[in-house]
Amino acid sequence: MTEKILDARPVSVDLQETENNRALITAIEADNADLVINHFPGVVKLQAPGRLQINRESVEAQLGRTWETHEFQMAIITLSGNISEWDEDRIVISWGPRVEDDEEDED
Amino acid sequence: MTATTPNTAAPSPAAKTAKPKKLSMKARYSALTRDLDWEPTYVSEDEMYPHTKYEGIKIHDWSKWDDPFRLTVDAYYRYQAEKDKRLYSVLDGFAQGQGHLTLADASYLNAMKIFLGGVTPLEYQANRHFAYLARQFNGPGPRFAALCQSVDEMRHAQTEIHTLSNYNKFYTGFHNFLQQHDRVWYLSVTKSYFDDALSAGPFEFLIAIGFSFEYLLTNLLFVPFMSAASFNGDLPTMTFGFSAQSDESRHMTLGLEAIKFILEQDEANVPIVQEWVDKWFWRGYRVTGLVAAMLDYMLPRPVMSWKEAFELYFEQQMMGGLFPDLALYGIRPPKHVEQAIWEKEHLSHWLYDTLYQFSHAANFTTTVPDAEHLDWLSQAYPDTFDQEYRAKWEEMRTLDEEGKRFTFPGLPELCQICQVPMTFKVNHDSEHIAQFHSDHEGEHYNFCSEACKWIFDREPEKYRQAWLPVHQIYQGNCGGPTIPDVLAWYGYQEGDSGEFVGGVDDQNWQKWHHQIEDKLGKDA
Repeated sequence: MTEKILDARPVSVDLQETENNRALITAIEADNADLVINHFPGVVKLQAPGRLQINRESVEAQLGRTWETHEFQMAIITLSGNISEWDEDRIVISWGPRVEDDEEDED
Repeated sequence: MTATTPNTAAPSPAAKTAKPKKLSMKARYSALTRDLDWEPTYVSEDEMYPHTKYEGIKIHDWSKWDDPFRLTVDAYYRYQAEKDKRLYSVLDGFAQGQGHLTLADASYLNAMKIFLGGVTPLEYQANRHFAYLARQFNGPGPRFAALCQSVDEMRHAQTEIHTLSNYNKFYTGFHNFLQQHDRVWYLSVTKSYFDDALSAGPFEFLIAIGFSFEYLLTNLLFVPFMSAASFNGDLPTMTFGFSAQSDESRHMTLGLEAIKFILEQDEANVPIVQEWVDKWFWRGYRVTGLVAAMLDYMLPRPVMSWKEAFELYFEQQMMGGLFPDLALYGIRPPKHVEQAIWEKEHLSHWLYDTLYQFSHAANFTTTVPDAEHLDWLSQAYPDTFDQEYRAKWEEMRTLDEEGKRFTFPGLPELCQICQVPMTFKVNHDSEHIAQFHSDHEGEHYNFCSEACKWIFDREPEKYRQAWLPVHQIYQGNCGGPTIPDVLAWYGYQEGDSGEFVGGVDDQNWQKWHHQIEDKLGKDA
């Protein structure tokens, strides 16, 4: 994706550290440069400067099965940042003004 | 309204990689939430939604409310059912495998007794009030988000009660928690927070619970504490905690959407919201004091100190991340935040001290932290613990060893707002107890902090009605004049209260573990 990171305030997601989520974590790690990973008991905290993206295709490639982005709700414990986009292909967490995606493809 | 917008949208850039589907996620969300809304014809909009104007908040276009989760009923129930399935298999395995004997120590459960009496009833209160919001908001977007949150909160209350009922079979202090929530002195801290929110208007409730409670409190409560639960062998609690918290990420988003939506609608909303942020930050922060004591003192195997959790989840994530975003709308950080930041070095020590001195009148037991635990606290608080707090615990240990276990021989003075005993110190001066006062219509009211006084002075008619347990005991409304009378009125039983070492839970714990050793043989 080509969006420039205008704001490097860290964003993060905390995920349950389970066997199910290992593929998800690997996919996020591969798709996000400068990711900082911290482990707490039962929790893995993924932190990135400005922007963090989760791609359906990358997660599916790691899992070896289809994955709906809604399934992310089963893994997430908490987040820091705005959910700037959430559609069938990707989830983007970032700070700053809202991404204007609503008008173009509603209905 | 999206329902009347003609379908002229170009295909989104993501469409070429999207799997073939009937409708896109956004279109499904629109069809299954917004499109089910209707304009009232028999009554006016004001008659249909009578509660959304009196707080002074101006909303011009309810359709601008956004739900980034694009949640629909089918997806919602599918994933919630899966979460419950996973949780209940953990609960079942733990109960069948006598998992309670694998906890770090029976004393760990004291933290869960505070949780059950102090937090679980709040989940139920949240369920009730979000159900009300799901009826009262004019827009279908916030109504549906409130409906999902209402169902979530019911699920949280139920899963917490189910999880902890397993411990109630073996340990003291878990029974009768609803009656205790309504009556016990320290539980009035959490109860009064929710009572305060429930008796506010719908928008203030959203800031109080959706924003302050969900965004500030649940991170500090659920994340480090639930991580610590796993570290102390309590897998069921960790699982319900993370299962609940996965909903909280949606709730936090609702809270954040709420505040941004309100601010974007009208400039006139900004000062109203700012006062609510100021008030509810402080109310929420005072409630988290209980969590500070739980994290630093009530875990046999501590994981993250209060200070560390506060720095990570509050200072970094909220002050560093969220508040610069809110500054774009004209919102500044909460009024009394600087005092909270200073208190991070002290808060847990003050509050566990209070819980220790009054545990003879609580549904949990306490004890002096052992030497290893004191060393951990020294390392977690290198600038304050040895200098200001260690000697106190060593003195308590000496008294204990001499058979003179200290309990406070009286009742504490409570803050009229947060209802915490007046144990807090003057900002930047940990030597002196803070005392603030206001007089209102001939009555004198006391506060633990400048912030609580500010909250009172803003709405004295509301807080003069606070149900303060100590005042109620003195007025003869709590079962009688003596401690045994009051404890009977709380519904306490043998072993619920007092010193942990040598108490009922400790004795049973020793006995059960000796039995395991006997079966295995000493060298097994």
